[in-house]
Amino acid sequence: MIPEGLKYSKNHEWLKTDGNLATIGISHYAQDQLGDVVYVELPAVGKELKAGEEFGVVESVKSVSSLYSPVSGKVVEINPSLGDSPQLVNEDPYAKGWLLKLEMINPSEAQSLLSAADYKKITETK
Amino acid sequence: MVPFAGWEMPVSYKSIISEHNAVRARAGIFDVGHMGLIKIVGDGAATLIQKTATNDLSKLSLNHCQYSVLCNESGGTIDDLLIYKLPMYYLIVCNASNTEKVLPYLKKQAKEIEHADVSLYENYCMLSVQGPRSEDIVSQALNVPLAGLRRNQLLWWRDIIISKTGYTGEDGYELMVAKKEVAKIWEALIAAGAQPCGLGARDTLRLEAGFPLYGHEYDEETSPIEVGYGWAVKFDKGDFIGKAALLKQKKEGPKKKLVGLEIDGRLIARSDDSVFDKELKLIGKVTSGTFSPTLKKPIALAYVAAKEAILGNQLNIEIRGKKVAAKVVAKSFYKR
Repeated sequence: MIPEGLKYSKNHEWLKTDGNLATIGISHYAQDQLGDVVYVELPAVGKELKAGEEFGVVESVKSVSSLYSPVSGKVVEINPSLGDSPQLVNEDPYAKGWLLKLEMINPSEAQSLLSAADYKKITETK
Repeated sequence: MVPFAGWEMPVSYKSIISEHNAVRARAGIFDVGHMGLIKIVGDGAATLIQKTATNDLSKLSLNHCQYSVLCNESGGTIDDLLIYKLPMYYLIVCNASNTEKVLPYLKKQAKEIEHADVSLYENYCMLSVQGPRSEDIVSQALNVPLAGLRRNQLLWWRDIIISKTGYTGEDGYELMVAKKEVAKIWEALIAAGAQPCGLGARDTLRLEAGFPLYGHEYDEETSPIEVGYGWAVKFDKGDFIGKAALLKQKKEGPKKKLVGLEIDGRLIARSDDSVFDKELKLIGKVTSGTFSPTLKKPIALAYVAAKEAILGNQLNIEIRGKKVAAKVVAKSFYKR
């Protein structure tokens, strides 16, 4: 459940790039650890985030976890479905459960993130 | 798996919400083998229980159980319990985390009473089957007729004590089973249709039903009267530990009261979040909070100043730095 072709952060976010545009979500591993997601708090469109900056929270029945931006950029879109259907993060973490899209300031930041193989090692040592 | 009072317990087998919903719609099974089981035997057993627990044991019929509370001298709660009256002895079910405190406490109290012997009921452990289909499932899996069994009544079936009790707001059964048999019975109940449920669903179910949990709603500084369980404190039964303090609290009215809170939006209040009145004056704190899978919104239990504990009262909770509007509602968020 760790798709190839995406980049991953140690905080369990994934990132998909398309030119300067990055789509960000949380990994299957992260959603499984959280359990049923019931609330996702995301920043406003237009907000500028630095790499490593907290941008929101994902709350499950049992706990709350902070979300951190893997790269720097400006929020251009947030997933409009999560307000009514936060469970999409559990059901489809790599597609319908995406969190937000960033216009990256420095797309090379994405290259320093983890590959699928390296991220897999992190989830296995936990 | 998470550590829980010295036991390794799953938070969930599938997911908290799906297990929760299975109990409300059909039936779930809970491994509650961690609950403390204490046996009290001897001619002085009833005297010991009357002296230490707040409810009136003389009103408890044979093969029934009664909710009761162990209070300290100042009226705070040592533990809340179920007391079973069996033909030869009494059986006390206490909270897992409190067994190591309750057992020596009762043994110490028993020293002053003749013929009251307190011991761990070591060879048995508990399973709980809860939900509208639980009667079918238990009777089918164990081949036992249950139709006539009333709430808080129990029966012996072979080597199993089956009581119609639970902690979910649904009809259900708690089974005391010999430890060597328990794995087999667990499997049989699942085969008959019960969904295995973990600690997570146990908590969301009890919270929707408004049931207090020791360590959250109850502690050594909090009385059953403040919890709202004054009905389990019987002042006309004679003397018992904590009576004077509890009577004073009843006459003067408790300073704090436990209330249900329905919260605007989707932020979930968690225990220790602060509660404020309309003028943003601090008046209490949250003891338990979750997302209610049945109501599909956040709910919480909180202690607030007694004068604010009025149904419909508009309050505020501070959740992760934000003030969120909340309304005082009945503690039983969910009623079957």
